[in-house]
Amino acid sequence: MTLLDRDVIAVSDLSDDEIQALLRLAREFAGPEGRPTPRNELADRIVACLFFEPSTRTRLSFESAAHRLGARVIGFSSPAATSFAKGETLSDTIRTVSHYADLIVLRHPKDGSARLAAELSEVPVVNAGDGSHSHPTQSLVDFFTIGDERGTTTNNNVVLLGDLRFGRTTHSLATLLSRFGNKVTCVSPPGLEMPEGVIEECARHGRRPDQTNDLVGALADADVLYVTRIQKERFADPAEYLKYAGSYRIDDDILRHAEADLTILHPLPRVGEIDHAVDRRPGAAWFRQARNGVPVRMALLTSILKETPQILTEATR
Amino acid sequence: MKEFIVPPIRNGTVIDHIPPGKSVRVLEVLGIPRPGSTSIVSLAMNVETGRGAGRKDIVKIEDRELEREELDRIALIAPGATINIIRNYDVARKHTVDLPDTIEGVVQCQNPDCVTLSEPVASRFQVTSRDPLVIRCDYCRHVLSQEAVA
Repeated sequence: MTLLDRDVIAVSDLSDDEIQALLRLAREFAGPEGRPTPRNELADRIVACLFFEPSTRTRLSFESAAHRLGARVIGFSSPAATSFAKGETLSDTIRTVSHYADLIVLRHPKDGSARLAAELSEVPVVNAGDGSHSHPTQSLVDFFTIGDERGTTTNNNVVLLGDLRFGRTTHSLATLLSRFGNKVTCVSPPGLEMPEGVIEECARHGRRPDQTNDLVGALADADVLYVTRIQKERFADPAEYLKYAGSYRIDDDILRHAEADLTILHPLPRVGEIDHAVDRRPGAAWFRQARNGVPVRMALLTSILKETPQILTEATR
Repeated sequence: MKEFIVPPIRNGTVIDHIPPGKSVRVLEVLGIPRPGSTSIVSLAMNVETGRGAGRKDIVKIEDRELEREELDRIALIAPGATINIIRNYDVARKHTVDLPDTIEGVVQCQNPDCVTLSEPVASRFQVTSRDPLVIRCDYCRHVLSQEAVA
C-alpha cells in the first residue's frame, strides 16, 4: 500500500488493507498511554488547515498531529479574515494555497467541495468535512476507537442514532462498518433517515443496514451506540430545526435496556442528546474518541507526506 | 403528396424522436445557436409520430454535421432520439444516441448544497445504471434518476 501524495476525500478512497495499516500506524503513534510523543517525520513540511466552518476537535487534532510530527501549520479557522470574505471562490483559494503548503486539510460547508479542491490542488487534499457529505478522518477515528474499546473492528452490532440525513460522520462510518462485517442499525427521527445512496453503498460493500425508529429495541443487542446531534447549521429554516431538537436523549433510564458494557461514542459537540450523568459509565468513550483524533491523523499525514516512513514499515509487518 | 411541417434540409443534422417539449432543452445542451453562427435551425414541437403512438419533437440544423460525441450529450434528455446526417437531401448516416459513461455540463446537480452550484466548475456525473437511468454526481455523490434530469 502507499498513500504517498494521495488525496483522501472519502473512506472509499482507501482499500481495506490501507485502512488496517493506518490503524496499526495510529496505534504505534498513540503508544500505551494514547498520548503521542513529539517526532520529526514531517520536520520539513507545511500543512495548510483551511477551515471555512467552525471546528474544535477536527481542526485542533489535525494541527496537533502536524505539530507532533514536526510539521509547520498555516491556515485559518474562519473564512472571515480571508479573501473569501471579499467574494473569492473556493477554487481560487485552493489554487493559491496549494503553492504555499505540502498538504491541504479542508473543511467547507458545500457538499463535494473536497473533491473539487483535490482536482484543482497541486498538493494532496484531506477532507476534514464537506457539508453533509463526508468526513473520512472522523470515521477513521471512530473506527479506531471501536477497535480500541471492543477489541475488534468486525462483527460488532453498532447502532447509529440521530440526524443520519445530514450527519456526514455517520455516512462515512456506516460504509466503513459495513465493509468490515459489522451489523449497522440506523435509528433516526422521521425525516432524518440515512440517505438511500449511503444504504446502497453499504449494501454493495457488505451488510445492508437495518433502519428503525425503535431505539429501545435496537439497544437490546448493541455493542456500540454512536450518538450524533441534530445539526442546527444544516437547517435553512429554524422552525424545521426546532421540530427535531430534543427528539431523543440518552440517559441512564434508556440505557437500562442495553448491556452494561455498551460502548457509547459521540463525535462531539453534544448539545443535550447525552445526559452528563452518563459520563460515569465505563463505556462512555467520547473523550477517548476525541483523544484518538491525534494519532489517527498523525498516521494519515505521515502516510501521505512521507515516503515509506520507518514506523509504517514496522506497523504493517 | 406528403405535407412537411418543417421543410427538408439539403445538408446538416436532423434529430428526430425527441420527447415532446424537450427540443428547446436539446438545443440548449448542444449549445445552439452558437454565437455568430448563420446555420438555419428549425424546430417542430408536438408533431404526431405518424404511427398513432403519440407525439415528438424534431430539430433540423442546416449546414452543420454534429459530431457523435456532441450528440451523445442529449442522451439524458432524449434517450430514444435518432440522428440523421443529411447530405444533398439524402440520409448519409443514421444512429441512435448512446449514453456516455460520464456526463459533463449537461444537467445541474439537484442537491442544493452541491459545490458545483456555487463554484466555476461544470457538473459531472457518472452513469451508475442505464435502465432505469441513474446518475451520480462526481462531487457530492447525490443520485439523480431519469425523472429528475429529463
